[in-house]
Amino acid sequence: MEKEKSLQDIENEIVDEFSIFDDWLDKYEYIIELGKSLKEYPEDRKTDDKLVKGCQSRVWIDFNVEDGKIFFNADSDAIITKGIISLLVRIYSGRTPQEILSSDFSVVEKIGLKENLSPTRANGLVSMIQMIREIAARNI
Amino acid sequence: MDRKVYGKKLVYFDNAATIQRPQSVLDLWNKLARDSNANIHRAVHRMADEATEAYEQARLYVKDFINASSREEIVFTSGATASVNLVAYSFGEKFVGEGDEIIVTECEHHSDIIPWQLLCERKNAVLKVLSVDDSGHLKLDELESLITPKTRLLAVTHISNVLGLVNPVKKIVEICHSKGVKVLVDGAQGVVHSKVDVQNIGCDFYVFSGHKVYATPGTGVLYGKKEILDEMPPFMGGGEMVGTVKFSGTTYAPLPLKFEAGTQNFTGMATLKPALELASVINDDKELKKSADEIRDFLYSGLQKTEGLTLFGTTGNMDEKISLFSFCIDGVHHEDLALILDKMGIAVRSGQMCAEPLMDRFGVSGMLRVSLAPYNTMEEAAYFMESLKKAVNMLR
Ligand SMILES: Cc1ncc(COP(=O)(O)O)c(C=O)c1O
Repeated sequence: MEKEKSLQDIENEIVDEFSIFDDWLDKYEYIIELGKSLKEYPEDRKTDDKLVKGCQSRVWIDFNVEDGKIFFNADSDAIITKGIISLLVRIYSGRTPQEILSSDFSVVEKIGLKENLSPTRANGLVSMIQMIREIAARNI
Repeated sequence: MDRKVYGKKLVYFDNAATIQRPQSVLDLWNKLARDSNANIHRAVHRMADEATEAYEQARLYVKDFINASSREEIVFTSGATASVNLVAYSFGEKFVGEGDEIIVTECEHHSDIIPWQLLCERKNAVLKVLSVDDSGHLKLDELESLITPKTRLLAVTHISNVLGLVNPVKKIVEICHSKGVKVLVDGAQGVVHSKVDVQNIGCDFYVFSGHKVYATPGTGVLYGKKEILDEMPPFMGGGEMVGTVKFSGTTYAPLPLKFEAGTQNFTGMATLKPALELASVINDDKELKKSADEIRDFLYSGLQKTEGLTLFGTTGNMDEKISLFSFCIDGVHHEDLALILDKMGIAVRSGQMCAEPLMDRFGVSGMLRVSLAPYNTMEEAAYFMESLKKAVNMLR
């Protein structure tokens, strides 16, 4: 059986994927595709306690814990936000709280998204990361 | 302005938020900051004279530009928001009591809602709302029944920053005045897109921001009828707004300085003159108006023809529509659209546009807005329409 990929492996994978785009539009086109392919999120889980505060668009982050690992599911009414959060889900889902908290979340900067999201959106991203960290901290 | 973003020539379609400034404004701003940086109205030295002169020249120019009766009716503030707050506080202090009513409209900017809400909270007064119909027009037929003997003031925007429709402010003033109700007109957009004559409109107050009409940020105007301003108590206390100051009591300076406490943004305020000079040239340029109208009509019909697009603020009479369009597209989030358009080099606005009640009225979480200025071209408009289609295809 193939060795499970570490959080770091996936981060590197994503950085590689993004390195092939030199045009901003292509990069966003890819994010939109990711957004469209994010796992179905049940309507009845779109409750206020799962809503990320500080985003222009609405973002919900849900999770469940199995065998000490946290599995995330998320959704947004804006497709680009959804694409970005799908990256976060891919990296952080199925990790232990310790793994999540020891990550520096620098991947977003490495793929050049942070400074290129509009300022209000950048805040939204910070809020999403904050929420993931809080969930991890609460489930140690 | 000629700049690039993401390797593409920038198309700036967010002019209703703030407009780009002409060289004449930048030059004066620079010159005053460099050569005449002295506090106005105070010292007797040469530099202070120059700064004061430029500041007061701007006041005279504003007076003529909006056709006020005297310079005393022109109070300088830091912007439309500050002007509304000044009136809400000071007029409210004097003329609004418990159980009295203030009317605002459903298409107001937050800046023309919240100061009135604060006033109503302070005085236990009641805030009432004049609504708009589905096309974005104020329901004028409901106005008379909304007004009661307790109504003190109505605040209405000259042109909505979301709908781009010119409201019939003169008519509204007539109705209100016939019932003894004062009227404040928010001219933040109106002053940019129409020839304003406050005496003709008849309003008691007219407010606007400099930065939307080619002047520098942090500048604004409050026009108020002299007899009302005279009755109103000062809003802020400080230097320059006084007659004599004693610990036993202070008398205030005559208008308009009574409302200009503290050191003003004198380098900025002075730029209202070259800014409004430009606005005036633009107002009178028939050729320019013709081509701007063509661009407006091109966008209006292009957007209306776009599949799945809902335009807010529609009319059969283009004379009441400015080159500002807010819309939603089925299945596409306004924020995603704005982001992709940005990457295509087009600056637009998305979100609630400081008009959340209006978003609720139309049942949307936000809209996308394009707002043009006279320097925008047909080429840019065509590029925008083409880019919009592409962006929608990407996002659907
Ligand atoms: C109609 C309207 N009123 C008021 C304002 C507030 O202007 P400022 O923020 O410059 O005070 C704006 C600006 O967006 C506006 O469009």
